Amino acid sequence: MNYPIEDIRKDFPILSRPVNGRPLVYFDNGATTQTPRQVVEAMSQVYYEYNSNIHRGVHTLSNICTEAFEAVRQKITTFINATETREVIFTRGTTEAINLVAHSFGETYLKAGDEIIISGMEHHSNIVPWQMLQKRRGIQLKVIPVLDDGSLDMGALQELVSPRTRLVAVTHISNVLGTINPVEEIIALAHQNQAAVLIDGAQAIHHTKVDVQQLDCDFYVFSGHKMYGPTGSGVLYGKEKWLSEMAPWQGGGEMIKSVTFDHFTFNELPYKFEAGTPDYVATIGLGAAVDYLQGVGLDAIHQYEEALYAYAFEQLSAFGGVEFYGTAANRGSLISFLIKGIHPFDAGTLIDKMGIAVRTGHHCAQPLMDRFGIPGTIRASFGLYNTRSEVDALMDGLAKVRQLFG
Amino acid sequence: MNIKEIQDEIVEEFSMLTDWMDRYSLLIEMGNELDNFDETYRTEQNLIEGCQSKVWLHAWIEDGRIRFMADSDAIIVKGIVSLLIKVMDDRSPDEILQSELFFVDKIGLKEHLSPTRSNGLVSMIKQMRMYALAYKTKMENQ
Repeated sequence: MNYPIEDIRKDFPILSRPVNGRPLVYFDNGATTQTPRQVVEAMSQVYYEYNSNIHRGVHTLSNICTEAFEAVRQKITTFINATETREVIFTRGTTEAINLVAHSFGETYLKAGDEIIISGMEHHSNIVPWQMLQKRRGIQLKVIPVLDDGSLDMGALQELVSPRTRLVAVTHISNVLGTINPVEEIIALAHQNQAAVLIDGAQAIHHTKVDVQQLDCDFYVFSGHKMYGPTGSGVLYGKEKWLSEMAPWQGGGEMIKSVTFDHFTFNELPYKFEAGTPDYVATIGLGAAVDYLQGVGLDAIHQYEEALYAYAFEQLSAFGGVEFYGTAANRGSLISFLIKGIHPFDAGTLIDKMGIAVRTGHHCAQPLMDRFGIPGTIRASFGLYNTRSEVDALMDGLAKVRQLFG
Repeated sequence: MNIKEIQDEIVEEFSMLTDWMDRYSLLIEMGNELDNFDETYRTEQNLIEGCQSKVWLHAWIEDGRIRFMADSDAIIVKGIVSLLIKVMDDRSPDEILQSELFFVDKIGLKEHLSPTRSNGLVSMIKQMRMYALAYKTKMENQ
């Protein structure tokens, strides 16, 4: 495989800075990915050359900026293979997209007694919006249990789904366990029961090709900053049949068609869900990130990361005394583990001294930590620019940690 | 030794170690040597929950002086906890309230006291002072 790793690393200036006197090893891609020059340049180009509020003025700059913004909608539509551009709503990120669905889907379709199913491995962002909805509308929240290997108990899901189920909201790839969930199966099962499905794609979109038509999911959400794009950008994909009926969430700005003091009518899709001036600069940056991913090629990235993942897993296994969390057959992109007798905070603190950035703690998934009875894990999450020698550096770091603990 | 003197002593001990690994090694040793925490005090009430690690702090009064007993699930935090105990334990409420804690900063562990670090240490110090204030008020009212 001829993967241009050297060239790729040059696109990310931050990777060549030292941290605590050592070369940075960045393994916290699950929290946020680094941003390539191309994305930063696309955004500075907006500010330097054509910044202007979109969808408003008749003047030239506003037109250029609007076109650039809408071109990203087209780009995302193609990227995830949505049917129509109006099915692509720009948000501040995954969390906002889920909150939007929880609010608008809830407002339009749900009443007391209706059920929503989530899973035991969800990020707080795919738990709390539904709990808030539960309080507002008296719906029931059911949870698919997680098995010991970190996979979902699909048998239990079959029991949980009922004619009262209105929505199933699950993550595509777990941010803690790395489990790749059988989303096709979940979607098919939910659809047999006329329930809609939301897939949290925050950890998946940059690792694997996502085709929303093939998946047949009703909603798919993801963040720009986890796919080499800027913070403040994100996407809600939704099938038009839902989005067109769903009540708007926030009011003002672009979502409005006409306003009098007695009345307002709201705009059509997708603008109905984009109140206020959107972060068009970040969104244009997101477009550049999509270009970047496609330039390297998602298949090539996937293959490269798989190999890196396998290498890291092998090295950690050989290290001994490592407890893995998430050992399901179908997994990828990140490894969660603990070293016997060493608290994740201690390990994380010490390897940080060696320039290695990993995430430690509960990863915003406290119910999952409770499930495994642990305070947290050490998580190494990989990106398209990581290398085997960085994995070696991590292993050296962990060896030093063990040495310090005697 | 007063609170300032004992801090000076800690700073001196650490200043001899120039390598970060030696410093953390000493901290880990101190954590390991911290007196066994009495399990009866491992209660919800004594728990100071950080995002990354937990700290338990128990306080009581003995002959007008405040005594502390503490523990943490993370050993580095426990090492710093043991230093804080060394500095603050067996003092009068006034001594604690008037004290200025400078040693953590000086031994290069400042990052552990940043509020964003959320390891429970900042809350622990606050809690120590709260106990001092509470006991002072209680003693004055007696």
